[in-house]
Amino acid sequence: MSLLKHHGKIERNATLLLGLSFAVVTVSGIVEIVPLFYLENTIEEVEGVRPYSPLELAGRDIYIREGCYVCHSQMIRPLRDEVERYGHYSLAAESMYDHPFQWGSKRTGPDLARIGGRYSDEWHVAHMIDPQSVVPESVMPPYGFMMNVRIDGRYIEDLMRVHRLVGVPYTDEMLENARADFLAQANPDADHSGLLERYPGAQTRNFDGQPELTEMDAIIAYMQMLGTLVDFSTFIPDASR
Amino acid sequence: MADDENKPAPEDKVQPPERQYAENRAELRQKQAEPPKTGHVWDGIEEYDNPMPRWWLWTFYITIIWALLYTIAYPAWPLVRQATPGLLGYSSRADVAQDIDSVRARNAPLDTRIASMELDEVVHDPELFRYAVAGGAAVYRTFCSQCHGSGAQGAVAFPSLLNDDWLWGGTLDDIYWTIAHGVRNENDPDARWSQMPAFGEILDRSEIDSVAQYVLALAGRQHDAAMARSGEELYLDNCAACHGDDGLGDRFQGAPNLTNDIWQYGGSLATITETITYSRFGVMPSWADRLTEAQVRKVTLYVHQLGGGE
Repeated sequence: MSLLKHHGKIERNATLLLGLSFAVVTVSGIVEIVPLFYLENTIEEVEGVRPYSPLELAGRDIYIREGCYVCHSQMIRPLRDEVERYGHYSLAAESMYDHPFQWGSKRTGPDLARIGGRYSDEWHVAHMIDPQSVVPESVMPPYGFMMNVRIDGRYIEDLMRVHRLVGVPYTDEMLENARADFLAQANPDADHSGLLERYPGAQTRNFDGQPELTEMDAIIAYMQMLGTLVDFSTFIPDASR
Repeated sequence: MADDENKPAPEDKVQPPERQYAENRAELRQKQAEPPKTGHVWDGIEEYDNPMPRWWLWTFYITIIWALLYTIAYPAWPLVRQATPGLLGYSSRADVAQDIDSVRARNAPLDTRIASMELDEVVHDPELFRYAVAGGAAVYRTFCSQCHGSGAQGAVAFPSLLNDDWLWGGTLDDIYWTIAHGVRNENDPDARWSQMPAFGEILDRSEIDSVAQYVLALAGRQHDAAMARSGEELYLDNCAACHGDDGLGDRFQGAPNLTNDIWQYGGSLATITETITYSRFGVMPSWADRLTEAQVRKVTLYVHQLGGGE
């Protein structure tokens, strides 16, 4: 075992030890991570998934800012109890435009991956202002201030450009219309045809019941679309995944 | 312990006899079978190069073999296009589908009967009814309690289901329709629908105040009699078409009964004024496409027997 005797050289040379450790970790990292980018049974194309509309994207930013992911996951695991309670298990494709994804790792509150359409906007408003008014058992803190924070989408195009930079396929047309779409989605009187063409399935209405466009509109627009993009009546799961 | 005994004793101290004996014994043992040393010396302390315990070593080798077998049995090795599927054919998706199917299959005999019978027939079948109410309670706690309360007591804007004041009707069929299709939602064309006008755009401030006083009078609450009298005519012109001349409401349009002092949004003068001025638009999602037919029927039966069922 003369080879093992050379190990002493590595042990006595800190820089060499560091360099070779790094090499070992790199190789194992490549072996574990790289296949995920090309293997067919890790990449599943799913019909219906689209990039977030500008207002939804703003709502998602608020979701991240307020740390909602600390207590809420967005990942329904393929287990019976979760599927029966929250709905169809999450697909990787459903968070393909999430940078970063909001899977979370802690459920103090329930999973939100399919909260869209499950409650009315009015419920969301009442629940954000005072969670205990509708769910007395809840330990969620209130977020009523969002009703008072107006938003105007001034920087929404920049935000979408950043998302395009990391791989979200926002088209030039989407970027051009970013602010107009942002303002139109929560305005029931606006013309939504362009918005709906760019973001099929986007919901358009006054989400928070106030005439002003506020953070509450954005966060509810985001939550009401969560998990609604894939039509599971036509989706056939591939069992190899 | 052996290390302590190997330390050379300071020479200027006289060792007690038992200590000397222990040292002699350690020396003797070392002479008999001295294991090789690693050659590391630190402050005079040397390190034996003893082999790993046999049991530990073999456990270690077995875990390596186990890991290899595991990657053969389960999906693991990335190849060119796909990862190896594993000899056992495990799939988390197939697993959960099978798990759900097996439970559904066990409940199937009862669920099919519930789904195929008239709802009021189920009520008269004690075994089936008990099953339906228990199952309905589980559905209720999962999907309905967030708005209507875990005890069905309701909340501001979300009606209590315990009393007999129904907005859209309290028979089994009415409740079934409301649950299956919801109220004023956009995704179900069969959803119950009505819209109260915002009278802030129709009446002026003093007229709204008078109508509010009349609504207080209808509910038997303390009110200003003079204002209520002038509000009566306004009520008959503007409100009676839906809420009825006598204020008893109209379930066909989901117009609440105003005479029983049960309030969905609150019965204070300020809240009534707000309701008249801006109107209300309570939305309930449709559940037919989220729940199975049997689940909708079970939760219907559960809600019906809470106290207010007709």
